[in-house]
Amino acid sequence: MISGLVKSAAMRPASARVAKLGMQVRGNASVVSGSQRAPPLQNRRSTAPSFERATFTIRDGPIFHGKSFGAKTNISGEAVFTTSLVGYPESMTDPSYRGQILVFTQPLIGNYGVPSSVRDEYGLLKYFESPNIQAAGIVVADAALQYSHWTAVESLSEWCAREGVPAISGVDTRAIVTHLREQGSSLGKVVVGEEYDADEDEAFEDPGNINLVAKVSTKAPWHVASPVGDMHVALIDCGVKENILRSLVARGVSVTCLPYDYPVHKIASHFDGVFISNGPGDPTHCRTTSDNLRKLMDSSQIPIMGICLGHQLVAMAIGAQTIKMKYGNRAHNIPALDLMTGKCHITSQNHGYAVDATTIPSDFKEYFINLNDSSNEGMIHKHRPIFSTQFHPEAKGGPLDSSYLFDAYVNSVAQYKKTQSSLHPNMANRPSPLLVDLLSKERVGVAPGLPLYQHPEPVTA
Amino acid sequence: MAFSRRLVRQTASNLLRQNQQPMSARLAARTLTTQSSFASANPRAVRALKRSTNRFIQVRNATSNAQVAPSSKAYIESGAIAGGQNLIDVKKVLVIGSGGLAIGQAGEFDYSGSQALKALREAGIQSVLINPNIATIQTSHALADEIYYLPVTPEYVTYVIEKERPDGIFLSFGGQTALNLGVKMDEMGIFDRYNVRVLGTSIQTLKTSEDRDLFAQALKEIDIPIAESIAVSTIDEALDAAEKVGYPIIVRAAYALGGLGSGFANNREELRNLSARSLTLSPQILVEKSLKGWKEAEYEVVRDASDNCITVCNMENFDPLGVHTGDSIVVSPSQTFSDEEYHMLRTAAIKIVRHLGVVGECNVQYALQPDGLDYRVIEVNARLSRSSALASKATGYPLAYTAAKIGLGHTLPELPNAVTKTTTANFEPSLDYIVTKMPRWDLSKFQNVKRDIGSAMKSVGEVMAIGRTFEESFQKAIRQVDPKYHGVQGDKFEDLDDVLANPTDRRWLAVGQAMLHEGYSVDRVHELSKIDKWFLYKIQNIVDTTHALEAIGSLYGVKKELMHTAKKQGFSDKQIAKAVNSTEDEVRARRKNFGITPFVKRIDTLAAEFPASTNYLYTTYNASENDITFDDHGIIVLGSGCYRIGSSVEFDWCAVNATMSLRDQGKKTVMINYNPETYSTDFDVADKLYFEELSYERVMDIYELETASGVVVSVGGQLPQNIALKLQESGKAKVLGTDPKDIDKAEDRQQFSSILDSIGVDQPAWSELTSYAEAQQFANKVGYPVLVRPSYVLSGAAMTVIRSEAELEEKLNAAAEVSPDHPVVITQFIEGAREIDVDAVAHDGKVLVHAVSEHIENAGVHSGDASLVLPPAKLSEDTIKRVKVIADKVAKAWKITGPFNMQIIDADNPNGGESSLKVIECNLRASRSFPFVSKVLGTNFIDVATRALTSTNVPEPVDLLAEKRDYLAVKVPQFSWTRLAGADPYLGVEMSSTGEMACFGKDLVEAYWAAAQSMMNFRCPQPGEGLLFGGDINNPDLAKIVDYVNPLGFKLFAANESVKNHLESNSKDGSVKVEVIEFPKEDKRALREVFEKYDIRGVFNLAKVRASSLVDEDYVMRRNAVDFGVPLFMETKTAVLFAQCMSEKLPKPEGIPSEVRPWADFIGGRPL
Repeated sequence: MISGLVKSAAMRPASARVAKLGMQVRGNASVVSGSQRAPPLQNRRSTAPSFERATFTIRDGPIFHGKSFGAKTNISGEAVFTTSLVGYPESMTDPSYRGQILVFTQPLIGNYGVPSSVRDEYGLLKYFESPNIQAAGIVVADAALQYSHWTAVESLSEWCAREGVPAISGVDTRAIVTHLREQGSSLGKVVVGEEYDADEDEAFEDPGNINLVAKVSTKAPWHVASPVGDMHVALIDCGVKENILRSLVARGVSVTCLPYDYPVHKIASHFDGVFISNGPGDPTHCRTTSDNLRKLMDSSQIPIMGICLGHQLVAMAIGAQTIKMKYGNRAHNIPALDLMTGKCHITSQNHGYAVDATTIPSDFKEYFINLNDSSNEGMIHKHRPIFSTQFHPEAKGGPLDSSYLFDAYVNSVAQYKKTQSSLHPNMANRPSPLLVDLLSKERVGVAPGLPLYQHPEPVTA
Repeated sequence: MAFSRRLVRQTASNLLRQNQQPMSARLAARTLTTQSSFASANPRAVRALKRSTNRFIQVRNATSNAQVAPSSKAYIESGAIAGGQNLIDVKKVLVIGSGGLAIGQAGEFDYSGSQALKALREAGIQSVLINPNIATIQTSHALADEIYYLPVTPEYVTYVIEKERPDGIFLSFGGQTALNLGVKMDEMGIFDRYNVRVLGTSIQTLKTSEDRDLFAQALKEIDIPIAESIAVSTIDEALDAAEKVGYPIIVRAAYALGGLGSGFANNREELRNLSARSLTLSPQILVEKSLKGWKEAEYEVVRDASDNCITVCNMENFDPLGVHTGDSIVVSPSQTFSDEEYHMLRTAAIKIVRHLGVVGECNVQYALQPDGLDYRVIEVNARLSRSSALASKATGYPLAYTAAKIGLGHTLPELPNAVTKTTTANFEPSLDYIVTKMPRWDLSKFQNVKRDIGSAMKSVGEVMAIGRTFEESFQKAIRQVDPKYHGVQGDKFEDLDDVLANPTDRRWLAVGQAMLHEGYSVDRVHELSKIDKWFLYKIQNIVDTTHALEAIGSLYGVKKELMHTAKKQGFSDKQIAKAVNSTEDEVRARRKNFGITPFVKRIDTLAAEFPASTNYLYTTYNASENDITFDDHGIIVLGSGCYRIGSSVEFDWCAVNATMSLRDQGKKTVMINYNPETYSTDFDVADKLYFEELSYERVMDIYELETASGVVVSVGGQLPQNIALKLQESGKAKVLGTDPKDIDKAEDRQQFSSILDSIGVDQPAWSELTSYAEAQQFANKVGYPVLVRPSYVLSGAAMTVIRSEAELEEKLNAAAEVSPDHPVVITQFIEGAREIDVDAVAHDGKVLVHAVSEHIENAGVHSGDASLVLPPAKLSEDTIKRVKVIADKVAKAWKITGPFNMQIIDADNPNGGESSLKVIECNLRASRSFPFVSKVLGTNFIDVATRALTSTNVPEPVDLLAEKRDYLAVKVPQFSWTRLAGADPYLGVEMSSTGEMACFGKDLVEAYWAAAQSMMNFRCPQPGEGLLFGGDINNPDLAKIVDYVNPLGFKLFAANESVKNHLESNSKDGSVKVEVIEFPKEDKRALREVFEKYDIRGVFNLAKVRASSLVDEDYVMRRNAVDFGVPLFMETKTAVLFAQCMSEKLPKPEGIPSEVRPWADFIGGRPL
């Protein structure tokens, strides 16, 4: 019955579903009031947009001279590149980019400006993946200072400046990519105004040494209610993208987001499923999470799905190894071959670490592989409803080809819920209105913008 | 390491192969629950799958690092490329070409057909190609095993099938022509009868995508919105439908190429006229609400039979909806779409293509709401199209090749990315540059033609420019369209706002005028034109820089930063020079002093993410390092630029063959060209391919970067020729072949003439005059008619034959004043003379090979519009020998090394005796007839020329015409009158054809018979049907035609008594009866009913002069014959010849006609 509901709901457009199921959720009125979540705080690192000369430097590598168009702030971080053609607002607000200097290979960025932080019917950000810019800085070839789009409220330049994020344009991004491709991801530095001083090389800070997940994960549980279904999933928030939440909520799953180190195995029995989100950095900083997952898998048959960092954490939980890739995969055009069907999907990706497929234990199978570099893209348990993918089926930005994986997950959640309710007729995993009211409706205690290790003061001219 | 990687690949490919079983597909996404789901699937398939997965994992143990740059060796050795599992078992495949180049269907199909042929050859499958377009590169034995130069009609294709017995056919590589043919032949049951398998997209899918009703139904099934449309088949139904949908209305015709028969109507009256015309072209039209002002976008989609599906590229139109994509300025990738919009349309495209069941390549066009997420599908082309050629060149993804491989049963994952060779074809290219496509129109070549652009395509060619800013690629594109433009600029407009609001071929100039000179704001231009503001902001940047330069006013006031900004925005040296009152050479020297030079970047499909060894290059000022090294010092071959009237695929054939010939000589080659429709811009033609401007500035930039060892200027038509002298004199480049100073002596009329005089070669009397009085005097001296060419017209347009003093006065005074600044060249015009084309190659002034072709038409028809016969059917041997003597003299006088071409008039001597041969034109370069003469005579003239250019293995002179041949070939022009609403279909000294075809036969009648039928949409009138006669009754040929066709049983009609009387009294056979029919000149619809009533299926209208008014009876007859799709014969000699053909060939006898022979059979071998 439930699965039938979910199935048919998934096939109809979201708006129709909301209208039709409005009656059902009325009892949970406070659940849908998530749209009243407070607007993000004004960033105290804001500066006026700076159009001074600027440099982008790669440690032990070349220096690129260009022009600033963002905040007048200096920054260092890991320099990575994305080959995506669209979706710069989504990428820049993706918590997985926390602490990274993002180089766009698409030379024309900012063309459609920056949309507002309006929220959708679930109270989720409509155009951003988190409330603030997460990338430490951005590097583009040609920034559009004048934009044209019906959703835009400000220019890319204004947004970066307001968020205190430095941005540089007028540099040969293709040369940067060629360098990063040969040398691997490297530490980089954006300096606005003054000339770069080679003696300051020690000033490069390596986000790899920092547990970035701790910075972007919620500090206390929060809740996103689904008006269209009664399933309930615990999501381990390692820096979750809004569209992962939307992908679940729109399919009838209410989501309670837990801090990344929350002992999920202890409370899993109150949920119909567990989900591990994407997140930034090296998965080995999150041993606690993978240990918790190990215990969860030992103690429960609950359906589990992981995406990106979540995939790596599931892998660690089952004893597989992760490795740092040379320069990672950040793109919207990556072919992932489904080893179950032989079909290839174009996927959205953003990761610098990968699961070493040779270390996956025998009760799991490799699910997807990358057809470009043969790296692992997913795994699936041979008998149990556990699977995870390295790529992002939720897209945003990127292709929606693999969104069917959410359907698969939600189906298994529904199945599990059905089985559980027949085994324990008195148990209701539907979140109680009281609990929902008590929980925050947004990430708790996550500081916006730059990584905290960064000197927070703006540079004075 | 390499070894283990290979194993990985091998297992992966094994896996791919084993996964083809349809059962396994059912496992998708369900396997995560329990093992029981496995049990329900085919156990064997699952076991195989599990086994291979296990093996895969075991092998993977050997690898440690997950990310090593892929290597091409490993990929190829993996066997993934040849790993097709469900390959279609075919031994011989018939490829249908697109025929002559026409507006809406041009060179892109040479490129796509060639890639299909390459794919077949790679697979070891025999190929048979039918394409009468002799100038194409695909019609070569290097690509196809057997070639038929025959009409692409069901009749002839059936003959070829009977003869060759192929077991497969490719229909999607020959444009709309091949697609329509396939649908028709399928309906006739021919494929079934001969067991020919249609490869790739099925006929049913083709039909669904072409028939608007079926299409609308199919999209409704998957909830994809299309513009509401009502199919109608009468004018009244159209008017009723419009009432329901509401004006403005767009009308579309089903089964039309390039939007033919489409148009907009704002009210009943407009709709009445429009639907009348459209219904003559298509039995069914669609009435839709117009979405003018919406954004327009296009996605190129590839799908294989196993349902893997990708979008290779998307494009966004600069012009909002309302202008046909072929006539729009287009950028790729889209620039103003958010992630949400981009992927909404991408997802829809994939959904559509899957639902329709396309196997191969397909494009989907959309209208997108400019201020919301609403969209409509405009159309789907389930075949390679003009856009797919562009997409292929814009991304580096070989769409046609991939589509062909898929047609043979390969899947996307098992195919390699043909550019990188290190990654799979199952990916979506990422671009790190922006491409601008701009159309080229030649509307000024036609009188009375409507200049507005709308839903029916009018452009004759296009260019593609690459940059790393929009400004850079846009300004490059403008200059590529015509070197007379410097970049963004203005022009004079009578009503600027009107042109901004109602697009014509000059709208971009109107935008330039408004923003550069009239101070219009971005908002105002947007209000009028609806062009997205993002594009206008970028143009504003160019305007601002222009004004900044102008404000400085002197070159030495321009600082390095501004100079660099200008170059980054795509300013040419000339453009900067103009703004600061300097010269191109000074600006060039200055910027090089500043160290501002362009850098070379690669197009590698993956935005540099993986190493790629592609040779596909462009230059940009938005960079700080080169992608490549310059150590091979190759020879630069300059291509022909965009196709336009007078320069088309034949020059691409020349450029490609020159490149191949240089390669054969072991020399490195560098190709420069910017036409996305060409074969020369395919990535495997030259060692390096620069998708770049053919300007002095850019060619020198590349020459200097490459430190090239020479440059070939004589195989790309007039464009490279124009910069030859400057390359040598200013740039000190080594121009191979004839000295550019000698080339100049042939281009300068005065010098040309005096040299001819000095070597005793005759020419018609001519003079360059600066006043009307002088002109009058000269004309009286030599006698009328005279040929008048005002020299101020750059494109050579407006050349006219003038027959009387009154006309001379009218022309010269009306057109423009004649003055010392605007001199006029007047040449004696010899009527009734024969014309001869000479194509030849010389080395150090000595002719190596030559061909003499005779024109069927008399002199006076532009040689590009003329029908050529080779070997000549009527010329005397003596004349041919005398022509050779002239060629020898000319070659010697100009010290020619390389190709050259002459047109010679053969006029009867009024005093009797030997006819006089007068040279009317000489070009020291390859001409448009080089592919024709090479293929007819079986000797590659360009190969000989290239060897002459490099003085390598130069062959001994040979007289190819001395050999007696039992065949001849006729080359005929392809016109695009239908596309050019209003233009008078009349042949004159101005060229108006857009393409050409040639057919072989045992004699003139046989070859011309086939060639005439190869004209697009040509339907031969059948005995019993009506023929309409008109035109000049003083022309004895009109009655001759009647003599030929009357015995066949045609019904003969005329529009007036005098024609009737003339025909009845002048025909030899007294039995001719001509009926005079009513002939409404101003009511198109009524006229159409008249044509239907009398079943008029052919029109012979031999007018002497071009019509001067739109109600001229002969004009109306010619124009409407074209508009109603009725074959029109308006040139006297070809009309008579075709009548003779009909009398000999009709009614058709049983069996395969004798002209159905492969090319190799005619010429006795496969030399080319």
